[in-house]
Amino acid sequence: MEKRVVFRSSWLPYLLVAPQLAITIVFFFWPASQALLQSVQAQDPFGISVEFVGLENFRNLVNDEHYLASFRVTAIFSLLVASIGMSLSLLLAVFADRAVRLAGVYKTLLIWPYAVAHAVAAVLWLFLFNPTLGVVAHWMRGWGIGWDPLLNGRDAMTLVVMAAVWNQISYNFLFFLAGLQSIPKSLIEAAAIDGAGPGRRFWTIILPLLSPTTFFLLVVNIVYAFFNTFAIIDAATGGGPGQATEILVYKVYKDGFKALDLGGSAAQSVVLMVIVILLTIVQFRWIERKVQY
Amino acid sequence: MIESGGPAAIGEPSTAGTPLERPTRRPRRAPAEGMVENRPFLDFLTHAVLILGLVIIAFPVYVTFVASTITAEEVLAAPMTLVPGPHLVDNYREALLRGAGNSAAGAGHMMLNSLITALIIAIGKIAISLVSAFAIVYFKFPLRNFFFWMIFVTLMLPVEVRILPTYKVVSDLGMLDSYTGLTLPLIASATATFLFRQFFLTIPDELAEAARIDGAGPMRFFWDVVVPMSKTSMAALFVIQFIYGWNQYLWPLIVTTREEYYTVVIGIKRMISGGGEASVEWHLVMATAMLAMLPPAVVVILMQKWFVKGLVDTEK
Repeated sequence: MEKRVVFRSSWLPYLLVAPQLAITIVFFFWPASQALLQSVQAQDPFGISVEFVGLENFRNLVNDEHYLASFRVTAIFSLLVASIGMSLSLLLAVFADRAVRLAGVYKTLLIWPYAVAHAVAAVLWLFLFNPTLGVVAHWMRGWGIGWDPLLNGRDAMTLVVMAAVWNQISYNFLFFLAGLQSIPKSLIEAAAIDGAGPGRRFWTIILPLLSPTTFFLLVVNIVYAFFNTFAIIDAATGGGPGQATEILVYKVYKDGFKALDLGGSAAQSVVLMVIVILLTIVQFRWIERKVQY
Repeated sequence: MIESGGPAAIGEPSTAGTPLERPTRRPRRAPAEGMVENRPFLDFLTHAVLILGLVIIAFPVYVTFVASTITAEEVLAAPMTLVPGPHLVDNYREALLRGAGNSAAGAGHMMLNSLITALIIAIGKIAISLVSAFAIVYFKFPLRNFFFWMIFVTLMLPVEVRILPTYKVVSDLGMLDSYTGLTLPLIASATATFLFRQFFLTIPDELAEAARIDGAGPMRFFWDVVVPMSKTSMAALFVIQFIYGWNQYLWPLIVTTREEYYTVVIGIKRMISGGGEASVEWHLVMATAMLAMLPPAVVVILMQKWFVKGLVDTEK
């Protein structure tokens, strides 16, 4: 942690950290403190005066069925995105690892979805599944499956989950592949000599050895689903129909910018801050073993 | 059933008894290097699954591409054809210059905005974090730990949890609808600083000692030793941050109100919202989407090695 050789200067280090600290203070700490402050205040309808109301905004949140519904939507959304995304990526990574010589080729061909913006990914999937225009929607009608993400909440959720999983596949795939490739071949060979088939080897050896990677990706995927999917929701469904896809982050935006409910939006922001802090602590304290690459 | 294992057993058929049996015939197909045993069906399944995966993943983009090469009427005719049409040049030219639907800005102009934003964010982040990490690692000064923790705490304040107040700050500073407003709040990054700090800690002390003995000051050491050694990290970070900057959505959405400052990602969303579905010029929207995907994809594929390194390093 310490360098043996350090330079001494009374002013240079401060100058060097100044840009980052200045931006951090102006655009991170000051707004965060404002959010904390606003979360315990209420504005009058004309926005002229503010009064301190203690935890009333938070109490209102807990009693607000829309907010609790949003919590549930976010939980379902992130669990679906994490589990489906990780399972599919693991499947692809396991097979890519098996195709030893061509693994590099498959890797190149599978990493580009990461480069697609979330909003663009949402538009792509929206276009595929659009009830009137979408190619896949047309097929589904042909098979007799009802589909209307504009009216059916569950269809809308399916749409955004698909778009979110699609965007994250590369990331999960890369880490799973790296994890798989770092498992010593001697272990697998030893198991094979002892008579374990590929399936048995996967479940009893490979999967347990992958658990640091899996846990790490689980946390990353949950953070992704909670916070980075704003663009997908906004571009694909706008939180609708009703509030079927209104995740917490989206609700903060809507309540703050559209409804101009500053106290409520600030309180929601504070709750999200607590969630981030918890997730960050989990990520840093419990993921002790670094992912091998 | 004991099976053959390891490269030493290549000559043995897979249904042999004990491993001590001498090989009696060579198998038709030797296992690929690194594979434990020869299972042709599993090999076939491997490539089948992977290719199927590739096709499914590429499908949305393919459909989008097709839609960008046909006319508006052909898009609306359900089901849309899956064969590319002849209007590629026309559609892209129109999207680049004129824009589509509710957006008056041409995609070309918006892509320029995206490019400027992405470059400023990527280069700015690298520059600021490089000097910050250098100061924190190579100087001993009071408040050093305090500053370090300040930077660390920003990891727990993603823009989504401070949308409104940050918007107010930017607005009060008069930075709305400007490149400064689009980029400055996103330039201070804890992950970049941590990445460089981790790397600097691995630079041998002898180099700094030698610099001191030669009478070089810290900044000389910085430019002549630290920066050249950091080139790979900088490249890796550049790829990740360029994609991050290009694909920004929430922040440009609230900070820009004038169309001349729209980035191409925002522009696409604005094209499909407002008005009825029939008024959306899908062939142009899809052409714009293809254009929006192109630069980050090119960067990822050309700089794949650095991209992967950047992903792995920034998550530690």
